[in-house]
Amino acid sequence: MLRCLLIVTLAGNMTEKRRTSLLQSGHLVTPDPFDSQFWSQNETIWMIYASQYYLPPPARYGGRHTVTMIPGDGIGPELLLNVRELFRFSCVPVDFEVVNVNSSLTEEDDINNAITAIRRNGVALKGNIETNHTMPPSHKSRNNLLRTSLDLYANVIHCRSMPGLQTRHKDIDIIIIRENTEGEYSSLEHESVPGVVESLKIITKSNSLRIAEYAFKLAREQGRKKVTAVHKANIMKLGDGLFLQCCKEVAAGYPDITFENMIVDNTTMQLVSRPNQFDVMVMPNLYGNVVSNVCAGLVGGPGLVPGANYGRDYAVFETATRNTGKSIASKNIANPTAMLLASCMMLDHLRLHDYATLIRNAIFRTMNETRMHTPDVGGLATTSEVVQSIVKLIQENSLHRQTVV
Amino acid sequence: VSLQLRRCPSHRVMGGLHEPPQDEMIKTITLIPGDGIGPEISSAVMKIFDAAKVPVHWEERNVTAIKGPGGKWMIPPEAKESMDKSKIGLKGPLKTPIAAGHPSMNLLLRKTFDLYANVRPCVSIEGYKTAYSDVDLVTIRENTEGEYSGIEHVIVDGVVQSIKLITEDASRRIAEFAFEYARSNQRSTVTAVHKANIMRMSDGLFLKKCREVAENYKDIKFTEMYLDTVCLNMVQEPTQFDVLVMPNLYGDILSDLCAGLIGGLGVTPSGNIGANGVAIFESVHGTAPDIAGKDLANPTALLLSAVMMLRHMGLHEQSRKIQTACYDTIQDKKVVTKDLGGNAKCSEFTDEICRRVRDL
Repeated sequence: MLRCLLIVTLAGNMTEKRRTSLLQSGHLVTPDPFDSQFWSQNETIWMIYASQYYLPPPARYGGRHTVTMIPGDGIGPELLLNVRELFRFSCVPVDFEVVNVNSSLTEEDDINNAITAIRRNGVALKGNIETNHTMPPSHKSRNNLLRTSLDLYANVIHCRSMPGLQTRHKDIDIIIIRENTEGEYSSLEHESVPGVVESLKIITKSNSLRIAEYAFKLAREQGRKKVTAVHKANIMKLGDGLFLQCCKEVAAGYPDITFENMIVDNTTMQLVSRPNQFDVMVMPNLYGNVVSNVCAGLVGGPGLVPGANYGRDYAVFETATRNTGKSIASKNIANPTAMLLASCMMLDHLRLHDYATLIRNAIFRTMNETRMHTPDVGGLATTSEVVQSIVKLIQENSLHRQTVV
Repeated sequence: VSLQLRRCPSHRVMGGLHEPPQDEMIKTITLIPGDGIGPEISSAVMKIFDAAKVPVHWEERNVTAIKGPGGKWMIPPEAKESMDKSKIGLKGPLKTPIAAGHPSMNLLLRKTFDLYANVRPCVSIEGYKTAYSDVDLVTIRENTEGEYSGIEHVIVDGVVQSIKLITEDASRRIAEFAFEYARSNQRSTVTAVHKANIMRMSDGLFLKKCREVAENYKDIKFTEMYLDTVCLNMVQEPTQFDVLVMPNLYGDILSDLCAGLIGGLGVTPSGNIGANGVAIFESVHGTAPDIAGKDLANPTALLLSAVMMLRHMGLHEQSRKIQTACYDTIQDKKVVTKDLGGNAKCSEFTDEICRRVRDL
């Protein structure tokens, strides 16, 4: 029987009203990929993708996505191993292509291989690659190389107060959007005269406009009311002045969203006294580094907050504060939450929302109900105990009882 | 750029407890009241010093930007003369008019006296509760170069470059100051804050100089930490930090972050050390034009800076008395200004501190 159905896989961007009306009329279905009965009954299905909706990267074989995984150094490998185990257990249709990057080598072959793999797959999950800052300047930071080569221009970090944790400030909900490719991280330095070093901070109009556009679009999609630009334009009048001007220009096109600006030192002061006043924040690279670390500290620490790096064509997910965690590596005390939440963000990006919600709920229930906390947030559990607890909760709410592969 | 640096005499490092107290000679201090609430808080401080019988003579001077010979902006020559003679200054908030054509007054002062080190001790005030308690750290910030060199160009339309300048001499100077300060104030650890993983050459040079200077101060522990790690740990556990030394921009951000931990700029003291022995202590809050002249201002920041100044001059007994009186008044909460949680006037708050000082 021929049936014409509008299938928008897990309609992410649709408004609730439209979604319910389409569900009721029977025009919208969200099929379970493993429901063999459904697929056998509908021989020809018209699949219409609304043009303004984002198309996820094409799955390679049989509905399974391939994602590049870069273990990195320190706690990266063990955290990513947890992700793989969890995905395997939950039957998430994602396969990982692991690319190792050796941070101690001076040749850039390793990181170039990783970049090629990400270009191939479109999505990556990575741990932090250590940068030995005693090496000469020609040895660039591998993480930075990755970001600039793939033009991952937006670093998005969502700091939210987590249930079940004791922190000094409550009810924090801040989205930080940080320009990820230029600014102080241009790595352009020279010694003009012996003993005098100049480091260049580059701000361009196109990148500033791009990041401001991204910030306002995200704010609108998420229903946020205010965007704050963080800068130091009173001192760096041309550089940060240009950034601020670009933000103002873009703000004019979004009259429903309030636009404010604040100087970075005042911002940090306000963050530690009244963080609830902030909603969405957009800023150049270095201030983004400072503010994202301050916010991550406010909600409970580096082990809790995931981060995402988005470019036009690629997306790389990691922890928000990009720590290697060398001192706690291989001790089974690292907090797996940040990396697991980053993998959930990745699943959302791949439009596998049901799996993402399943894992996320299990993580929050572990944190809140069973109160299983690792030492960094004041508990006594080990990494494996926390992961076991998450696995158990997933088992209780499994998407499908039979494993169909 | 050739930098002629004269070493600041090492005994003149703020609050050196090995320095013998000054004799009964009256010391001259150049006072710059400032704008907005500046005059009222300055007179409050003078009143309290009077009550504590501190042997100082105040020389009031105003600083406005005037165009000197050659078209260069400078501060009035009387102010400069007075400061060069007395070597000690206390400054209230100065307003920076927008589009006035001249650089900010703070910048002018900095350049005139080569104030290379900004010291901000951040100590939790008992009685003024914030989310953080037991904070006791000092941020030492390089004040002349770094990201604030003001060198910017438009390369092509739409591309701007700002230059961050790090020099060997300035880095060595600030590192030496930091270690001297740590030693004379019985501090155990100095932490250099940097981002050398990204800015390899510039912050690398800063770190190199810090390490070299650390060799001469084996009694003090030296650690290095990335800026983001410091920020992360600072908001979770600020008690782990002692003395922090860093280039200009990081210092700006971190010193304000630490001020936020203890209650804001209204209660934070600050001091600047110059290359030829000049030391200017200041309050870092704004001029607050909305409450100027209404007797509502809080003089705590300027008072605590003045206490820092007394320690620098070696008048430890008086500095201790005034500080105790101030802290006790705040802890008591009966006569405190609005921003500290009460509803007293500035003059009432001042009188209360004077009363306590006399009783001590």
